[in-house]
Amino acid sequence: MNASNTHITEGIEDDFASFGDITASATRVTPGNALRPEDIAVAGEGPASDAVAEYALQLGDDALILAQRLSWWISRAPEIEEDVALGNIALDQLGHARSFLIYAGKRFGKTEDELAYWREEDEFRSCHLVEQPNGDFAVTIVRQLLVAVFQNLLYTELTRSSDETIAAICAKAVKEVDYHRDHAIQWTLRLGRGTEESARRMRVALADLWPYVGELFVDEQLHDDVGTAGARPSTLRAAWDEEIAAVLADAGLDVPQVPDAMARGRHGEHSEHLGYLLAEMQVLARKHPGASW
Amino acid sequence: MAQQAVDTQLWEIAAQVTDPEIPVLSIEDLGILREVRREGGDAVVVTITPTYSGCPAMGTIQVDLERAFAAHGYTARVELVLTPAWSTDWMTESGQAKLEAYGIAPPTGKGHAGRVTLGLAVKCPRCHSLDTKELSRFGSTSCKALYQCRECLEPFDYFKVLS
Repeated sequence: MNASNTHITEGIEDDFASFGDITASATRVTPGNALRPEDIAVAGEGPASDAVAEYALQLGDDALILAQRLSWWISRAPEIEEDVALGNIALDQLGHARSFLIYAGKRFGKTEDELAYWREEDEFRSCHLVEQPNGDFAVTIVRQLLVAVFQNLLYTELTRSSDETIAAICAKAVKEVDYHRDHAIQWTLRLGRGTEESARRMRVALADLWPYVGELFVDEQLHDDVGTAGARPSTLRAAWDEEIAAVLADAGLDVPQVPDAMARGRHGEHSEHLGYLLAEMQVLARKHPGASW
Repeated sequence: MAQQAVDTQLWEIAAQVTDPEIPVLSIEDLGILREVRREGGDAVVVTITPTYSGCPAMGTIQVDLERAFAAHGYTARVELVLTPAWSTDWMTESGQAKLEAYGIAPPTGKGHAGRVTLGLAVKCPRCHSLDTKELSRFGSTSCKALYQCRECLEPFDYFKVLS
């Protein structure tokens, strides 16, 4: 790099310096878009404990990674209504992610943007299922079915959380997830009972994604630590199995018999896919720290 | 001015702010305006609740509220609350009428707990036919679904029920 380039680079950094340091939220510093989700909190305070904040982080990461995956479909879905539908679902998930991450960040002294853009791969707490690639449309629909039924059960349970903010976020989110669940079920029926090819692809997608289901229902130490603020994942399994089995039977599809994968996303151990996803999601924020538009 | 008159005036300032996506609807019509209170002097706190978690209109509404109060010499701070969660039951009757006049079918019926498998007919806001079909449950914004009228063949937005 020659001297003049260095100078230009420094100039740009000076420009960005006026927006505050990289710890500032792009949302806060953006003129004309002054939504302050940082202010969302029912109790006005941060989480009562590190465990609750960690739990909120987990919920937020699942939603954030799923939102990033789904938004890829905008302009690529098989019909324009699906561009809109998957875009809307991604937006809902992003909204949930923001609420959870803002809440978690209050305890850790970080903004939602810091948590989304400045954490390394092993600091994410998302499950492996949401990071699985979009594949063909059947893969995306099966992933949506598995996740939406899970989120619907989980958020319903969490509307009774002893933590007021988690209960409030989930009371809001569950109404939206109900639509996501409906959307996935309708497509599962359509593809399962569609052509031989659509049914074949659904079977392949089910077999490929099923190994990542087990992780959703693993009880961890964290669930003991959060107590009544959270929900024990294992207690949701029976209802999930029952609902999924009914939908698949309706669609003429079988519940796959495949073993669980070694998935420890809750401990920051992820598949190779997450790194690529984060690279794309984080590149702009890291290339232009503090930038806003 | 008497205390009550001032409070009514403050509410009316807030209530004139409209939804950027549906400009015929005020935030009062939508039912997202929860509270307006004075914090002493010219400081005002306005409480609103989002329709959908990811709704980008909330940012614009916040700025519009601050501007509306500034025009009357007040400094407004906007608070977002999530609870109790908004539902389409919060929309006023006059809001529903304005929606229909604008060409968006208002939510049919009230929200409900649990699943209702019987679909209620959505009336075409143009020709008022009940012979309409859902093209997509997801429309141009989170709160709308896309319908088409089988009678006049026009597509239209439906403000879907959120219970």
